[in-house]
Amino acid sequence: MLDFDWQFFALLMSNGILIGLMYSLIALGFVLVYKATDAINFAQGEFVMIAGFVVAVALGSYGAPLWLSVAVGLAAMISFGFGLERVVLRPLIGRPVVAVIMATIGLAAVLRGLAPLLWGAETRALTLPISDEPFIWGPLFVPPIQLLGALVSLMFLGAFGWFFLKSRKGIAMRAVADNQQVAMAMGINVERYFALAWSMAGVVSALGGIVWGSLLGVDTHLALVGFKVFPVVILGGLDSIPGAILGGLIIGIVENVAAGYVDPYVGGGTKDFAPYILMIVALMVRPYGIFGKAIIERV
Amino acid sequence: MIHRESGVLKTTYEADMALYPLPIARWTVAAIAVLMFLILPLILHEYYLSIINLVSIAVVGALGLNILVGYTGQISIGHGAFMSVGAYTAANLVVRLDLPFWVALPAGGLMAAAIGAVVGIPSLRIKGLYLAIATLAGQLIIEWVINHVTWISGGVQASIQMPRPRLFDYEIATQTEMYFFLLFFVVLAVVGTMNLVRSRIGRAFIAIRDQDIAAEIIGIDIFRYKLLAFGISSFYAGVTGVLYTYYLGIANYEQFQINVSIDYLAMIIIGGLGSVLGSIFGAIFVTLLPIASRLVMEAFGGMLFSQQAVLNIIPNLRLILFGVLIIVFLVVEPEGLNRLWRNIRSYFRVWPFAY
Repeated sequence: MLDFDWQFFALLMSNGILIGLMYSLIALGFVLVYKATDAINFAQGEFVMIAGFVVAVALGSYGAPLWLSVAVGLAAMISFGFGLERVVLRPLIGRPVVAVIMATIGLAAVLRGLAPLLWGAETRALTLPISDEPFIWGPLFVPPIQLLGALVSLMFLGAFGWFFLKSRKGIAMRAVADNQQVAMAMGINVERYFALAWSMAGVVSALGGIVWGSLLGVDTHLALVGFKVFPVVILGGLDSIPGAILGGLIIGIVENVAAGYVDPYVGGGTKDFAPYILMIVALMVRPYGIFGKAIIERV
Repeated sequence: MIHRESGVLKTTYEADMALYPLPIARWTVAAIAVLMFLILPLILHEYYLSIINLVSIAVVGALGLNILVGYTGQISIGHGAFMSVGAYTAANLVVRLDLPFWVALPAGGLMAAAIGAVVGIPSLRIKGLYLAIATLAGQLIIEWVINHVTWISGGVQASIQMPRPRLFDYEIATQTEMYFFLLFFVVLAVVGTMNLVRSRIGRAFIAIRDQDIAAEIIGIDIFRYKLLAFGISSFYAGVTGVLYTYYLGIANYEQFQINVSIDYLAMIIIGGLGSVLGSIFGAIFVTLLPIASRLVMEAFGGMLFSQQAVLNIIPNLRLILFGVLIIVFLVVEPEGLNRLWRNIRSYFRVWPFAY
């Protein structure tokens, strides 16, 4: 490497930051559920896929205006999250962690099978009314959709950060997360907050579905975005919203830079591989993540 | 009595630990052995034997995973990858060095055990969800390495042709011969697991599952036993991979992707965690599910949908059924098919009395 190509590096970095923030958005759905209910959602990618399908179908097949499609998507995902908590997750409260993991894996299988049956297997376009022309700032090319995704992510991360820190409901939710029995004894309706948490995860997934769907197109492969959630949340800490941002940024940057420099030598696939290597290192060194709360166990 | 105990009259530890304390259990096992070894291969068509062969392979893998998840309480979403490690190890040994199956098979298992133990190292510090994700990472990384290192995967589409297994000079080629070949390993795996879980090692596993800190306090070396569990479990997985490779005649990483790991987890959940019989039930159930749903759809789907639609529906229906069954079993019958079987059995234990 004789002369370091700064322009290439800057491009990879900016791309990584934007993609990373979009990962943060999806990771946020995971963190919300884990923070409030201690449940682990292996179907987060499928949530995003379903939301993408709903919005794309409303826009494309029914020709609904954008605001209506987004509203339909949000409403669908809120009721979906709500119903899911009621039917599947609530009976599993207090059961071993493998039970919840397997239940959400089963749910993921159901959603992956159901979506093509309902909406067809072909890729749908989810077109937002923004231009495809990238902004060009000096050496950087920034596609508007990525910028939009990053802005939406930041907005929501800020909003949920405020919610958990300051609002009455957010504080109640943290209490539920900390100790369900004590929260119940203090007069908090634990089950209602569980439902609220899953609905909030639905909202985040709906937005994730819109931005990721318009970036990649909507089909069952959209669910694969969910695989990126795990490195992000492990790195940042499972129950931390700032962790979701930081983890998303790190993973986004690492996978883009790694793909840019390593891919030519190994023939592709580094993007899917590098985040997991980083995650393994994180698990070995700091298993509860950068901002996560270490769990102290007693017999 | 033949079919129930009348009082506990055991005077030795041997009698207490007997696998089949009742005569009826011994007769049933003998009857099943006769059925499996003599009657079934004589009366069944090759197609049905090929399905039983698939079940046999799944039984070995499910038993292995159950040792890890059901008995030791650790989670692995990486068993598909451990199978591929066994498969490619054996395929390379057979193709490059022309080794017989009785060398390649244990070698594949041992290689998988070594890799599995390495993937299991994080289990010392982390558990539950974190371990699940760590093994998921193991799955993806192993898959990627096998796919990208041509020295392992043989280059063209990452697959290696596997010759038929040979016993001395006799080639095991037909489904019926394959049936006996696989059945031998199923018996070995079942007997091995049943004896493992009632040994010192098995009791240590169960203690770790129930409360690992308490187990450490009473003097169980957690590090050793957790890695041992990963190793033994991955050994089974590796053997499963080798058997499957012999069955298919080709080693291909696409046969061992993450959905396979999930299939095996589903087997032990549906069958029953921490139970040998449950692993067998689960393996049968999950292997037959896609075959049965395809048959049903081909027979009756035409009444509701067009022929083309039926072909589209079948793979999706399989996924939906699979997911729904996992959820239903987790919510309604967490101890799985094994519990249903025990309920039936204990009903007839005192029959015709209520208790």
